[in-house]
Amino acid sequence: MAEPRVPHSNLPPPASTVGVVGWLRRNLLSSPLNVVLTLLAVYLLLVALPPLLRWAFLDASWSGDNRAACRSGGACWVFIRVHFDQFMYGFYPDGQRWRVNTAVLLLVLGAAPLFVRAVSSQFKVRLGLGLLIVYPCVAFVLLKGGMIGLPVVDTSQWGGLLLTLVIAGVGMTAALPLGVLLALGRRSRLPAIQTLCVTFIEFWRGVPLITVLFMSSVMLPLFLPAGMNFDKLLRALIGVTLFQAAYMAEVVRGGLQAIPKGQFEAAAALGLGYWKTMGLIVLPQALKLVIPGIVNTFIALFKDTSLVLIIGLFDLMNIVHNATTNPEWLGFSTEGYVFAAAVYWLFCFGMSRYSQNLEKHLHTGHKR
Amino acid sequence: MNPLKTLTAAAVLLLAASGLAQAGAALNAIKERGFIKCGVSDGLPGFSYADEKGNYNGIDVDVCRAVAAAVFGDAGKVKFTPLTAKERLTALQSGEIDVLSRNTTWTSSRDSAQGMNFTGVTYYDGQGFLVNKKLGVKSAKQLDGATVCVQAGTTTELNLSDYFRANKMKLTPISYDKSDESAKSLEAGRCDVLTSDQSQLYAQRIKLAKPDEYVVLPEVISKEPLGPVVRHGDDDWFDIVKWTLFVMVNAEDLGVNSKNVEEMKKSANPDVKRLLGVEGDKGKDFGLANDWMAAVIKQVGNYGEVFERNVGQGSPLKIQRGLNALWSQGGLQYAPPVR
Repeated sequence: MAEPRVPHSNLPPPASTVGVVGWLRRNLLSSPLNVVLTLLAVYLLLVALPPLLRWAFLDASWSGDNRAACRSGGACWVFIRVHFDQFMYGFYPDGQRWRVNTAVLLLVLGAAPLFVRAVSSQFKVRLGLGLLIVYPCVAFVLLKGGMIGLPVVDTSQWGGLLLTLVIAGVGMTAALPLGVLLALGRRSRLPAIQTLCVTFIEFWRGVPLITVLFMSSVMLPLFLPAGMNFDKLLRALIGVTLFQAAYMAEVVRGGLQAIPKGQFEAAAALGLGYWKTMGLIVLPQALKLVIPGIVNTFIALFKDTSLVLIIGLFDLMNIVHNATTNPEWLGFSTEGYVFAAAVYWLFCFGMSRYSQNLEKHLHTGHKR
Repeated sequence: MNPLKTLTAAAVLLLAASGLAQAGAALNAIKERGFIKCGVSDGLPGFSYADEKGNYNGIDVDVCRAVAAAVFGDAGKVKFTPLTAKERLTALQSGEIDVLSRNTTWTSSRDSAQGMNFTGVTYYDGQGFLVNKKLGVKSAKQLDGATVCVQAGTTTELNLSDYFRANKMKLTPISYDKSDESAKSLEAGRCDVLTSDQSQLYAQRIKLAKPDEYVVLPEVISKEPLGPVVRHGDDDWFDIVKWTLFVMVNAEDLGVNSKNVEEMKKSANPDVKRLLGVEGDKGKDFGLANDWMAAVIKQVGNYGEVFERNVGQGSPLKIQRGLNALWSQGGLQYAPPVR
């Protein structure tokens, strides 16, 4: 006589499918191939990680103020500590560095409300526009000086992270609006405007940034009358902006093309003109769609700023390089470049996280 | 000649011509401006680099300081413009800088086609070899079959293969983009020998974990005389830069240095008297203050002091004087007399 079947509804799931073991099985050991790959990864980590940790932390030298303090065989972070201010401000005069700090602080304070959800979007737009127009002027006066009693600090003395941020910041804020205009122009029905935009975009996309910088710094002065020079940083900024605007235009154009025809027709049916259609209906949707592309371009731009080292501007990368040529500190280039990489990573990762956050926030059901 | 070169050459000629029309104007412009614009390197150990305080140091930098001391009596009146190797000549041609003091090799084409005037030689450099002592090599002639680390795409590479071919030796070159990489490979034993300009080899040696185990071979296989450069056509300015260097060499020759310059003014030696402006009016001939030479020596030092301080025994590089010793001590540094 068979026993009656009693369902054990309260049994826990098998131990092999939950908890740490379950996670391991599911994610690392789910098939023979994955087992092999996992073992390989573990092996590589075991080989690479201990020496790396030993070099970077355990054997590293942290205190002291000259190369004699770096005899431990590990990383010489003293090198970074001694040069830290220089890596941040470049050759900006010691007594004037508060101006850089003030400029950064102003930006952070000014931009902070933009990141707070509770602030009304109308205020945000006004603040954003204000920042875009007013802040660069304020920052320029602060950094360059020559007005309101501040001594002039020539742009050749700007350097380090400051210079990297100036180039990246100016490049981004100028390239986006310019890129939007170019994208609209390229889709325009007016042949003159269209041809102009297409030529511009294709020209700048067709040359490498390094060539642009090189031309601006090496060839341009030859064509100017002798004795006439304009600022090297300005030349680089113009080059970077025009170059990035062309890329931005293509990114934005991708967004514009993704907007269904119905949206344009609906706008037309409401009696909206070209600029209102674009400004109120098409661009908000298009730009939202291409956030990943825009941020991608921004990140690329941020890293591309290091190319200015070929024209002798001391951005973060070049100032690190310069510090490694000091005979007192020869042989610590690894530490220098690791530091530079960490700073670049921090900024790029920050941008990437922010963009993901922004996408989530602006998510209005268009994603599948 | 490719189109770009033609274009550049044309532009240079144009500039040279415009420079010619206003000869002598350069010195006046500099005096009016109140400081000298000097092009230096964007970082070369011992020659020009900025320390952690942002102060420029090095032989090339000191030359600029000396010129400033000559013109203004103040070695601080100089603005340094760091330049990459590619930019340097353009910067000079376009007037962005007054004098280029950036480990630039004196060659015929630079002196002629490119419209430059080399004012002298601050450092006699040349390509050499750095080897591990363990190899027991005493001369570059023993390097048959060696694996040599070299920087890619430079004349260094060309000189190397020429030298090996001329001496009928077998060569395996390994090219690197960065000097740091080649130093690391020498250390790791991927190559037996590292070749570069000798002045760089000493810097490379410091980067190694055990610098004492490596030695720079005596052979020099190329001529790289490095010196300050000015534009064609500014003869008055050219004279000043040229003679600033001569003054420094003469000072060493006569035993005048930055510390004893005041005492030496009382010296009975007429050469010293003329040098320090006690006798004669050597300043007026140049359009400068009469004691300009004394100012150079006092504020910057004589050639020997500058050498030892930046690349010699007083620096981590510890380069021997070698070719850069005075002519009276078996070197090549020789300056015409002040009279």
